[in-house]
This record gives sequence, C-alpha cells and structure tokens, in this order.
Amino acid sequence: MMQHLPILQVLLPLLAAPFAAMLRGRDVAWGIAFITTGTAFLISIALFLEQRALGTTMVYELGNWAAPIGIVYVIDAASALVLPVISGVGFIATLAARQLVAAEIDPRDHSLFYAAWLLTIAGMLGQVTTGDAFNIFVFLEISSLSAYALVAMGSGRDRRALPAAFNYLILGTVGATFYVIGLGLLYMLTGTLNLADLAERLPQVEETRAVFTAMAFIALGLFLKMALFPLHFWLVPAYAHAPSAVTALMASTATKVSVYVLIRLIFGVFGVEFPGLADAVGLAILTLGIAGAFVGTLAAIVETDLKKLFAQSSIAQLGYMAIGIGAMSATGLAAAFLHLFNHALMKGALFLAIGMIAAQAGRATMGTIQGAGKQIPITMTAILFGGLALIGVPLTAGFISKVYLVRALLEQNFWLLAGLTFISSALALAYVWKIIEAAWLQPRPAGAPELSETASQYVPAWIMVFATLGFGIYATPLVEAAFAAAHVFIPSTMGAN
Amino acid sequence: MLDMLLSIPGIMLIVGALLVPVLPHAPRQAYMLALIAVSGYLTFGIETGVHSTANLGGLELILVRAEAMTKPFALVFHLAAALNVFYAMHDPNKTTAAAGLAYAGAAIAALFAGDFLTLFLYWELTAVTSVFLVLAGHSSRTLGAAMRYLLMQVGSGVLLLAGAVMLWRDGTGLTIQAIDALTPAGLCLLIAFGIKAAFPLVNGWLQDAYPEASVTGTVMLSAFTTKLAIYMLALCFAGFTPLIYIGAVMAVLPVFFAAIENDLRRMLAYSLNNQLGFMVIGIGIGTQLAINGTVAHAFASTIYQGLLFMALGAVLHRTGTAKASELGALWKSMPLTAIFCTVGALSIISFPLFSGFVTKSFTLGAVAKEGYFFVWLAMVFATVGAVQHIFVKAVYLPFFGPAAKPVKAQEAPLGMLIAMGLAATLCLGIGVYPEPLYALLPYGARYEVWKTGYVLGELQLLFFAGLGFVVLSMRGLYSVAVDTSVLNTDWLFRRALPRVTMAIAGPVLRLWLVVLGGLKRGVLQALRLSEQASRESGLVSGISSIGSAAGIFLAMFALMLTLRHVM
Repeated sequence: MMQHLPILQVLLPLLAAPFAAMLRGRDVAWGIAFITTGTAFLISIALFLEQRALGTTMVYELGNWAAPIGIVYVIDAASALVLPVISGVGFIATLAARQLVAAEIDPRDHSLFYAAWLLTIAGMLGQVTTGDAFNIFVFLEISSLSAYALVAMGSGRDRRALPAAFNYLILGTVGATFYVIGLGLLYMLTGTLNLADLAERLPQVEETRAVFTAMAFIALGLFLKMALFPLHFWLVPAYAHAPSAVTALMASTATKVSVYVLIRLIFGVFGVEFPGLADAVGLAILTLGIAGAFVGTLAAIVETDLKKLFAQSSIAQLGYMAIGIGAMSATGLAAAFLHLFNHALMKGALFLAIGMIAAQAGRATMGTIQGAGKQIPITMTAILFGGLALIGVPLTAGFISKVYLVRALLEQNFWLLAGLTFISSALALAYVWKIIEAAWLQPRPAGAPELSETASQYVPAWIMVFATLGFGIYATPLVEAAFAAAHVFIPSTMGAN
Repeated sequence: MLDMLLSIPGIMLIVGALLVPVLPHAPRQAYMLALIAVSGYLTFGIETGVHSTANLGGLELILVRAEAMTKPFALVFHLAAALNVFYAMHDPNKTTAAAGLAYAGAAIAALFAGDFLTLFLYWELTAVTSVFLVLAGHSSRTLGAAMRYLLMQVGSGVLLLAGAVMLWRDGTGLTIQAIDALTPAGLCLLIAFGIKAAFPLVNGWLQDAYPEASVTGTVMLSAFTTKLAIYMLALCFAGFTPLIYIGAVMAVLPVFFAAIENDLRRMLAYSLNNQLGFMVIGIGIGTQLAINGTVAHAFASTIYQGLLFMALGAVLHRTGTAKASELGALWKSMPLTAIFCTVGALSIISFPLFSGFVTKSFTLGAVAKEGYFFVWLAMVFATVGAVQHIFVKAVYLPFFGPAAKPVKAQEAPLGMLIAMGLAATLCLGIGVYPEPLYALLPYGARYEVWKTGYVLGELQLLFFAGLGFVVLSMRGLYSVAVDTSVLNTDWLFRRALPRVTMAIAGPVLRLWLVVLGGLKRGVLQALRLSEQASRESGLVSGISSIGSAAGIFLAMFALMLTLRHVM
C-alpha cells in the first residue's frame, strides 16, 4: 500500500470526480470532495514525512514500465514539499466551500462544481508528482480546463465571470500551447520526454538554437501560467469574478504549481549552468519579478474591491517568488519554495475570510468592510493577520520567506534588488493599513448590510492563520525542507555558500 | 532563571507593572515608587562592562552591558519614572500607570542591551506599552493618532531588525557598537533610530501623538522614546558628519512651527524636537566634548522638558484646555505652577544658573571649536526662537497674559506640585552645582562653564532676544492703543507677534512646505499613475482584449529570442 501512495495521491481525486458528478445531491458531492481531499492531504503528509525520513528520491513506475520508456512519478524533496500545500489548501478550501458554494452557486450545479473542483486538484497534484514532461502538459490541461469551468460558475451572481473565464481560457491555452511547442522541440532534439532523461541528453545539443528556442517557449508559457508580470492580465478578473471558494483555492495553489513546474524544468532539466540560462532567462525573471512586485503592490493600494486588491497583491508575491528563482542560487530557490509555501497559507486565509464576507454581502469592497471590525471581529482579525504576513511582519511566515529572499539577494551582491524588495514590501503596509483603517477606525455607515460570523465560517480561515503564525514562529523544519527542495536542483556544493 | 531575569535592569519594572492593576490606589503609588527606587539603586551600582550573556540557538546575546554613557541615561530615566508616579498620583487610571511603568522599564532595559536583537525586543516593547498612554487621551483624534504612532514605532523596530539581520549576515555580529552608516545595514539602523529621534521628515508622529495623550500620558511619553534613540545614535553613529546638518535642521525648523502653534502641548512637542536637534548635532560632531554635551543635554532636557509638559498638563487638567488663545492670568489661581513653569522655561532657554545653561554650553562649545559657523548660528537662532515660543507662549500667555475670558481654576493637585517641585529643584540644582552631573558624563572631562565670555554672550543673547520682543510689543501696543486693552494685547500676541515671526518664518516654512509638497506630489503622482494603469481598462491589469494580451506575450517572446542572439 505504502509504495503506491504516489499514484494514489493523483488517482484518488481524479477518480472521485466522476462520482461527485454523477451523484446528485449537493451534500453527497461535497462529502465526496471533503473525504477525497482529506485523504489526499493525509497521503501527501505521509509522502512528505517518508521522503524527509529517507532523504532520497522515491520513484514510482507506472505499470512497472521503467523510465525512460514508461512514465514515472517522482517524490523528491521538492515535490514532497509542494504536495501538502496543494492538498492541504484544497482540503481546507473544501471545508469552507460548503458554506461558500451554498451561498453563491445554483444548487443544481453543485455536483458538477465539486467534480471540476476535484479535477483541478488532481491536475495540480499530477503536475507536481509526474516525472514526465508530456504528462505535465496533460495534467496542466486537466487542472486548467476545470479551473476555467470553475471560474465561469461565478456567472450565477456576477456576469463578468464569463468574459473573465473566457480570457483565462484563451490565454491559458496560449500558455499551455507554448509549453507544448517547446516540449516538441526538445523531443525532436533528444527523443525523450522523461525529465531525468532529458536532463542527461540536453548537454549534447546545448549550443543549438533550437534548444534555446525551446527554452524560451517553455519559460514564456510557464510565465503566463504563473502570472508573472506583465503576463498577469488574466489573473485579476479571473480571481475577482470567480466564486469565492474557487478564488481561495486557485490563489493559493494554481500559480504556485506553475512556479514549481518552472523550477523543475529550468533547473531540473536545463540546469543552472546551461548556456544562456542565467543571463537570458535569469535576467528576465529578476526584472519582471521586481517590476511585478511594484506594479502589483501599487495597484493593490488603489484597488477598492478586496478580491481584486489581494489578487493584485498575489502578482506582487509571485514577483518575489520569481526573484528567488532569478537569483539562480540554492538560497534563492529555497526562498522561492518558502514563499510558495507561506504565500499559499496567507492568501488562503485572506481569500477564505473575504469569501465569507462576499458570500454574505454580495461583494467585498472597502465599503462593505467599513466599520466591520466590531461586527465580525474574528473574520476581520484573520484578514489583519493575513495582511501582516503579506507585509512580512516578524512572527508571521511572510517574514521568514522575506528574510531568506533578501539573504539570497545579498549573497549575490544584488544590493539594489534587496533594497527594492524591501521597499515594495514596506509599500504593502499601505494597502493593509487601508483595510485596518476602514474596518476599525471608521464607523459602520448607516444602511450597510448586516454581517455576521459563525464558527463554521471563520474556522477554515483561522486554521490558515494559525499555520501562518506557527510557521512564522517555529520555522526551522520548514526552512530545512525548503533547502532540501532547493538542493534537488542546485547541489549544496554549487552556488550555495 | 528568575533572578537572572531580574538582574537585567528594567525587567523588574516591566514584571512589576503586571501587579499594578490589581493594587488599590494608595498602595499602588507606594509600590511603584518603591519599585523604581530599588531598581534605580541596583542599576546605579552596575559598572561599565558586559555582565550577562545568553546563547539563543547559536546567537550570542548580550543581555546586560553598561557603556560609559549608560549610567547618566539610566539615572535620568529612573528619575523621570519616579517624577511621573508623583505627577500621576491624582489619576485613578490603572492602565496608564501600569503601561507607564512598563514603558519606563523597557526603555531602561534597552539602555543596557548589548546586541541589536535584545535591543529590538525592548525597542518594540517601548512602542507597544507607550501606545496605551496615547490611547488614554480623550479627543476624537486620539485613536487615529495612536494608530499612526504605533505604525511609525513598529516600523522603526522592523527597520532595526532588518539592519540587525544584515549585520549578522555580514559577519559583523550583533553587538551594539560604532557602525558605518553608509552600508545598507547602517542606513537601516540610522533610519530606525532616526524615526524615534524624530529626524526631519519622520518627526510627524511626535507632534501628532504626544499632544493627544492624557495629561499624565504626555509627560511619561516625553521622557523615554526620543532619549533612548539619542542614546543609541550616540553609541552607533558618533562622528557621522551628516548628523550635524540633520541636527541643525531639527533644531531650527520646529521653531517656526512652534511659533504658529496654538495648542500648547503640541507647541512643546515641537520644542522637544528642537532640543533633540541640539543633541543630534553633538552626536554628529562626535568629539568627547560633544558627546559629553549630548549626554548632559539629554539628562537636563528630560527633566526641564518634562517639567514644562507637567506645568502645561496641570493647566489642561484644571482648566480643560491647553489652547494659548483660551488661557490667561492663571498665576493668580495657580501660583506654584506658574513658578515651576517659569523655572522650566528659564532652563530650556539656558538662562545662567539653570540647567540648560550648564549643559548646552558643551555642544555650543564643541560646535564652535570644530568651526561649524553656520551650525553654531543655527543653534543660536534656535535658542532665540525658544525664547519666543517658550517664554511668550508657555509662560506669558497662560499664566501672566490677559485672559480672553475669565478662566476658573485652582492650584494643581498635590502630586503634580510635588513632581513639578522636584523637577524644578533639579533644574536649579544642576544649574547652580553642575559638578555631580559632570562627574557622571562618559568622558569625565572638566568643562569650565562659567567662562566670562560665555556667560556674557548668553546673557546678551537672551537680553537682546527679550528686548526685541519688548520693543515689538511696545510698538504693537502703540499702534492700536485706542482699542480696549484686552483686545490690544490679545491682538498683540495673536496677530502682531505671529506677523513678525511669520515675516521671518514665512519663507522658511514655505520652502519646507515646498519640499514636503514636492515629496507628497511625487508619491501622489506615482499612485495616480498606478491607479490609472490598474483600472478596469488600464495598462497593466485591466487588459480586456485578448488580442493585446497575446500581443504583449508575443512581443516578450520575440524580445527574448532577439536578446539571445544579440548578446
């Protein structure tokens, strides 16, 4: 049983999805989703612990076909770290989804909603576990297609969800197509699709133009998928108009998986010493990352719709992850992994809390939360903590990842970038302060909708908040896991000092 | 474990503050005084050197370390804490009492911190405890001011931590020592300290929050935070020349703002800022004489500035207002307060035989000795300005000036009188017999303060400053003599003087506002641009046409490929 966990991790939600779709009755569908994501979470925890204990890479051969002929699933330090993020956030989002979906989606669509929900989680888990480049594309499409459908389901209460989903569909497909074109070029050059095998064979053809073009295709496709500035235009409308539960799930996981795949391909396949990688791709990622950090933060400062505000902030946070990748060092990658993990927690907390407000009031804007600090103190406090973590205040998880990010930059003597990172983080204070001021320092306007909170509404968000604080106060195991993940791609003897 | 904790100076007060809310009123006062006395006694015995270290996961922390200049600061902090207890004796508010005690304890503990991480802890603790003092105020602005105050204070702490982390990264170690300000870590620390020392541009929180606190809260606030920052600046950045000019701006600019301020406690907050400027100048010069001057000035100014805040706080307590325009003729009903306030005022303008005179002479002497003529001139100007805003506004208008409308008041409560009396005695005592204070100074240098030239010069300065105002008021009186006398003098102090002051201050203020305005416009412009860009159909986020989105995507792809072939 234990040795089959890598495949079960993906297969379970994938197979549960049709059941959720077929069984009418919304509680049944939710129950299936809840049990499935819960089990998936347990599996990923088990995989994580086992990998940490063994310290080696676990390879699962599908149908006992050895690589490179067969498809393998690979659990190494990196995938073992990302799996619990996706399944964990998926589980807690499912917990919250019962309320959110009931409030926002037509009851007749619930079973379909949960089917798509499980499919998108399965797709993301698949992208992380698989060791086959084409398999990644397949799972990318599984998760994306169901995500488009999930976003479009917001149309019941917000018609703008339809154009948002359509834009997301077209651009997401463009991104996926670029990825698969790049992959085609690589296959043409090397004759293999297995990631490890590709990494071995690429050096023979590394000076060719085709291989660089392939790299450009793949990198750009993934940039779009991870919403790296300026390819983030699909993200804000998609997050803002999607059902609240979908926003919470996707904001914490979808872009992160693309970050992971980017790291896996850039570092795991091409390798950090690949000609042209550090100067062309690295420079592009660094510049776009810091630009995204500023653009996202500034846009968040002027935004008044809370979902859009935090979607913009996500663009900034993805910028920080990109900076970590662009530093091209073990510490930088570790910082990217840390931020990937921590950002999933804080954004999960924020979007779950905001979702609860949006589900009650129809929309969550600065006006909606004006003076709400007294009416729904527990929910608003969750938002406050999430915001503080976004800034990177000490004792929150956000602080840990920022420290390692700055450290990675200083190791490479990128003083300017470190300073800019610091300034853009400080700017985040402006939009968090805006929320504090609206929620606590202003009176509730007359005629504002009554907001209420019950345990079932704020507990999911608070689980995330506690995790954020917990990993902020006791970060050692997480930091170790992140460095282990980084060393998968950059051995500790190289680049790390 | 516990005795090790208690051996850290200040911790006793922080821990002891936990008991304060449960005690009844009278025992509480005795308890707090006893605690401060014991803590002061133990602290005073600490010799220079490292006394207590701890190891935190491989980080060597220095919990207790005394420097040469620690003792005078620790002493004056204890004095101020004790005076505050007396001053707040009438006040039944337990939160303020407990927060004030813990705040003093945190500030004292911070003085003895030997590394930046330990300092960070106390640094934030002073912020968190002191915000309760601001919150104890009652005006409609209180909550907002308190939050803005907390924001700046915590922000300063975060910068401090950032600087510390960078130092640790560099391998310099976390020990608090002289630091090169022109490294990223140094800049972070300089700004962190600068925020708490109310450097120009980051001074807003001081004038914003201090006057919003309760009567007793403002007095407590005025003592610790800023002096702690001065102490840290002196430890880490002594001799960093740009500080001289920062200090000069700090000394001069608040004079103009104080001149036009009507709320007397806010006016004092400007005056506090101006005093801090003198200390920062001393740090910037960094010679032994100058550092001695800074320490001595910090010592004396904590007491006389506190005294002024106490006197005007007493006025606010008894009359319900601290607005210059609504007060007058209080010397009849509050004679003792009037006398104490006058002593504080004479000290702050450094009148001979008062404490300001014997302490400011160091810095002035050091500036003159190093040949910073314009800085010296700025200091002289700031002193003259202090004569105007302190003497006319803090002493003359409320106590001796004509009352716009009859103000009913009675003498301040006994506790306040004791506190003010003690503070006034200290001001006079230091002024007459400064040797014990000099003995405390870090560089033990004997300084002959009673040089004829200096005494004469200072007297002349004050005399002509006074004469100038008298002449102006005579002329002012003359020009409107036909009106009723109340209206005349009323007009004089609210119109004529400001008009004259504004003639000088106007251009400076305007220039300052242009600088500030430029900054503000720049930030607003950036915000407006980003707002435009991130609107529904803006440049960066709202691209709704898939065509243009795909266009950008392809352009990036083309750029990447071309760049590769160009490079």
